[in-house]
Amino acid sequence: MRRQVLPSKLDPTSDHFQRNRDAVLERLEELDKLLAAARAGGGEKSVARHHGRGKLLVRQRIELLVDRDSPFLELSPVAAAGTEYEVGASTVAGIGVVSGVECYISGNDPTVRGGAVNPYTLRKGMRGFEICMRNRLPHISLTESGGADLPRQSEIFLPGGASFRYLTQLSAMGIPTIALVFGNSTAGGAYTPAMCDYTVFVKQRAKVFLGGPPLVKMATGEESDDEELGGAEMHSKISGLSDYLAADELDALRIGREIVANLNWKKLGPAAAEDVEEPLYDTEGLLGLAPTDLKIPVDMREIIARIVDGSRFHEFKPAYGVNLITGWASLVGYEIGVLANQQGVLFSSEAQKAAQFIQLANRHHVPLVFIQNVTGYMVGKQYEQAGIIKHGALMINAVSNSTVPHITLQIGGSYGAGNYGMCGYAYRPRFVFIWPNSKTAVMGPQQLAGVMSIVRRTAAQAAGKPFDEQQDALLRKAVEDQIENESLATFTSGRVFDDGIIDPRDSRTVLGIALSAALSAEVKGAETFGVFRM
Amino acid sequence: MTVSSINKILIANRGEIARRIMRTCREMGIATVAVCSNPDRDAPFVKEADEAVPLGGTHPSESYLRIDAIVDAARKTSSDAIHPGYGFLAENAAFARACQESGIGFVGPSAEVIAAMGSKIEAKRRMQIADVPLLPSVEVGNQPADQVLRQAEPFGWPLLIKASAGGGGRGMRIVRQAAEFASLIETARRESQAAFGDAAVFVEPYVEAARHIEIQIFGDTHGNVVHLFERECSIQRRHQKIIEESPSMALDDALRRAMTSAAVRAAKEIGYVNAGTVEFLLTPDGKFYFLEVNTRLQVEHPVTECVTGLDLVRLQILVAAGEPLPAEVHELAMHGHAIEARLYAEDPRQDYLPSAGRLHRFRLPAAAGIRVESAVGESAVISPYYDPMLAKVIVHAPTRVEAARRLRHALARAQIHGLSTNRELLVRTLEHPDFLRGQIDTRFLERHDPAALAAPLGDDHAERLHAAAAALASQAARRREAKVLDKIPSGWRNNPSQFQQTRFLGHGGEIAIEYRFQREGLQLRIDGHEQPHVRCEVATPAQIQMHMAGIQRTFAVHCVGNTFYVDSPLGSSALVEIPRFPVPQDETAAGSLVAPLPGVVNEVRVKKGDTVSAGDVLLVIDSMKVFHWISAPLSGRIAELRVEAGNHVDGGTVLAVIEEF
Repeated sequence: MRRQVLPSKLDPTSDHFQRNRDAVLERLEELDKLLAAARAGGGEKSVARHHGRGKLLVRQRIELLVDRDSPFLELSPVAAAGTEYEVGASTVAGIGVVSGVECYISGNDPTVRGGAVNPYTLRKGMRGFEICMRNRLPHISLTESGGADLPRQSEIFLPGGASFRYLTQLSAMGIPTIALVFGNSTAGGAYTPAMCDYTVFVKQRAKVFLGGPPLVKMATGEESDDEELGGAEMHSKISGLSDYLAADELDALRIGREIVANLNWKKLGPAAAEDVEEPLYDTEGLLGLAPTDLKIPVDMREIIARIVDGSRFHEFKPAYGVNLITGWASLVGYEIGVLANQQGVLFSSEAQKAAQFIQLANRHHVPLVFIQNVTGYMVGKQYEQAGIIKHGALMINAVSNSTVPHITLQIGGSYGAGNYGMCGYAYRPRFVFIWPNSKTAVMGPQQLAGVMSIVRRTAAQAAGKPFDEQQDALLRKAVEDQIENESLATFTSGRVFDDGIIDPRDSRTVLGIALSAALSAEVKGAETFGVFRM
Repeated sequence: MTVSSINKILIANRGEIARRIMRTCREMGIATVAVCSNPDRDAPFVKEADEAVPLGGTHPSESYLRIDAIVDAARKTSSDAIHPGYGFLAENAAFARACQESGIGFVGPSAEVIAAMGSKIEAKRRMQIADVPLLPSVEVGNQPADQVLRQAEPFGWPLLIKASAGGGGRGMRIVRQAAEFASLIETARRESQAAFGDAAVFVEPYVEAARHIEIQIFGDTHGNVVHLFERECSIQRRHQKIIEESPSMALDDALRRAMTSAAVRAAKEIGYVNAGTVEFLLTPDGKFYFLEVNTRLQVEHPVTECVTGLDLVRLQILVAAGEPLPAEVHELAMHGHAIEARLYAEDPRQDYLPSAGRLHRFRLPAAAGIRVESAVGESAVISPYYDPMLAKVIVHAPTRVEAARRLRHALARAQIHGLSTNRELLVRTLEHPDFLRGQIDTRFLERHDPAALAAPLGDDHAERLHAAAAALASQAARRREAKVLDKIPSGWRNNPSQFQQTRFLGHGGEIAIEYRFQREGLQLRIDGHEQPHVRCEVATPAQIQMHMAGIQRTFAVHCVGNTFYVDSPLGSSALVEIPRFPVPQDETAAGSLVAPLPGVVNEVRVKKGDTVSAGDVLLVIDSMKVFHWISAPLSGRIAELRVEAGNHVDGGTVLAVIEEF
């Protein structure tokens, strides 16, 4: 056998397991509420009004666009959670299969403030373009939006222009861009279909112009109506902005499917193995493994055994740098390298091991999966003097310059530079998903509040002022609460610092979809890295 | 001739009987030759023959009825004998004579006997000599109708007009009142002349509630004549037998003795050699009357084989080879009960309209005591030129009730996809209380509505469950065929908002199936109703095993195009999937015809007011040295014609306006 089966010693009856399970189920309930809010869109009235116009909801459009019974992985479904905007940020985005092709699909939700773009919609959209570009995924827009949320236009106008640059750059890269226009797409929005390779306009619905009748009247005095300025028939028969005139929404979706079927699309990554073994152990176990108390370490091998094919794993350097597990496995038939934090702390040996392993994966052209539960690099005199920064830099250098696909799964904490070394958001993983119990911050809330307290005390002493212990305790508590709140999964996911919170039991499925999508692009390992400081 | 002189037999027939005869030939070490028409070239009986001679042609008159071509084929292949099967040339005296003259053995009686029995009038005359009970009759000859009526009226009403040369119900008319007598005589004469080249008809009393009982007889060239007991063939549709059995419930030992000895007397009187059948009508008062002699192997011979243990084709060949009938035929007893059902590609709900086309699947469950004589393999194209019988299904069981139940089960569980058949009618007849009580006669299918008997076997509830099975099987097929993400759970969603939806059109209307697979298992809705406690244990494109309301069932699913054939213990359904996306509309077909490009009108082929059909060429435009044919986008009337030949037109110019009807 190429790889040994990982044994499992998990005891589902243990208190520890039950505590974790109860806690993560509670978080999942919170997540479900947010997802339900996202699905509800603009609320019952708005949905009824939309249906009343004979229109399909954005999720219905997507369900009809994708191949029947194929999976659909919604990305950042709780974007804008915890902000003044509706959960979901008035768009639905995800990876779906259209006519046998994995595509990135993004649709405006016109029931939410007319599908207006807010700063989180923009972030979600930009992340989508990056995903398409890096993973070579066709980009399909289901367009129906009133444009920018005007009170916040200052945050949208300048960065938002990148949408159109991205669209044409995708096209230049040979990555197809398709716009199905179901309704309004005016002013700046008019460039969305205009920059796409293929456009489909729905008859009597699509409305695409730079300026509507009132603006035209103001600008030139000309009398005109919507249809003359931007109707589907006009654009299909006269201006040529529309490539296909769809009789109705269903027809547009049918045409969209046919367009994709005619792209002559071939994935460039390695093919999956024919026969795939499912993991040997029940994925329910992952609920009991989800760490709620970050002080208690988790056996990452138990988690790996519930994610990879056949629970088989070939561990690399098992006796060295034991706080970080590295090794080879396969996931839904694709070869992967795994880096997982067995103990939260990274020492020099772990950093060096990671740098070596990442280079090997690049040599073998094998994608990497990072499984994070990391508290950071070790601090202290001994470690600083032994070069912990230097070794951390090795790891960050390797992660940054590696060109094989990286997919990151955060199953617990992710603190400090450990987040960077383990391919956090800023290190541009192809996809990054987090478990609902995840916590992310520069450091733990208690440490952070404590550090701030020490700084205050030192400052008071230096100034010779008395130190108010009571006041300090209150401040510490307030800071701790704030940091704790901002490190929660719903907070980071709401700000689109990941691609979504997932049910731990879905880890294999989500990573499988993400990996398969990433392999639409060629996998080619890096030949050069930054200068390694030895 | 001796047995060893028949080493090769040409079968001048097709379908199941050709296969049946070849099977015995193979067992006897006799080589086989098939003849076939063009549509039959790939039929199983052709493949199973050692040699085959294509006759060409399509209609029987161009193929299986061509005496010269068939005798020539026998000569060419050095066949020692021809077996005519049934139908086609089996009772054609000229054919028997042609064989005789060419020195080729004919597996059947002499040409003289065939000719004599081919005339019903002549046959009745001979039977009278043999003291076989006959119905009184009047030969019409050249007598005026009123004269015939005067002679026939004493028989009592109703009367039956029959063609002397007739068969299969043609040239036959029931007369219920004197007023229609003359015209029906004329109709029968005309029909008889057209069908058989002989206008001779005669008039008999019509026996309303008679049973059809026939006696299998066998004679050899050594003067032996035996009977092989009776068959009852009372279940008929339009004078054609569809269910036959042996023994008959209507016969006690005394009646059986009376009828079999009458049949043997009849056979001896005409010097009958080889297999034949003497047909009788049996009236409710226990009287029987001669009908006719069939000078061939009958379609329903297998029921006799089952109860006697004999191989009738083997006996036919032995007799044809000049052998005496083997000893066992002289000491026969009947064992158990046999029933045969004829499975036809026809629609009993549409007056038995034959259904031609592709049979996508034909599968009968294997079961003890079931014998299948099939014309087709697993799939076939059923051509409209021949008898639409797909197969005969025969059961042999200890008792009649058991035989009926087994046959019913085999037919009910058969997978027959693509064509309408009389399967449902056979199943409902076999389970009918009247049938089981033996209360049958030739009008059974007049008393019992064939349309009701032929309704789908499953009820609406079954059809809805079948639709669910079809949806899940088609789901499995899509997952199996998926080229990407095929290892990911079916229809997986991290933010599920709706169900997978499939709609079917079934016998009872539209059925909406919604399903999704969740961590907890399958969620299923049928027509919007959530199905509680559903489990799907097995889901492949061909099989669904589902637990529902505490019952586990297995559904066999077969998809052809967008039609799903589902078979289960609940019955069989054919469900047409309604496409997710409507058929695309031609956006430009709005009634007005527009020049596709600038050019000169070269020709105008219509004028204002003309009626045109979609696709008709209306005008020709010459542009860039190329002709462009402008055709009607829809059917209708030319309401306006705006151009004439020689006109220059710009692209987009309206050329004509068609008013849709």
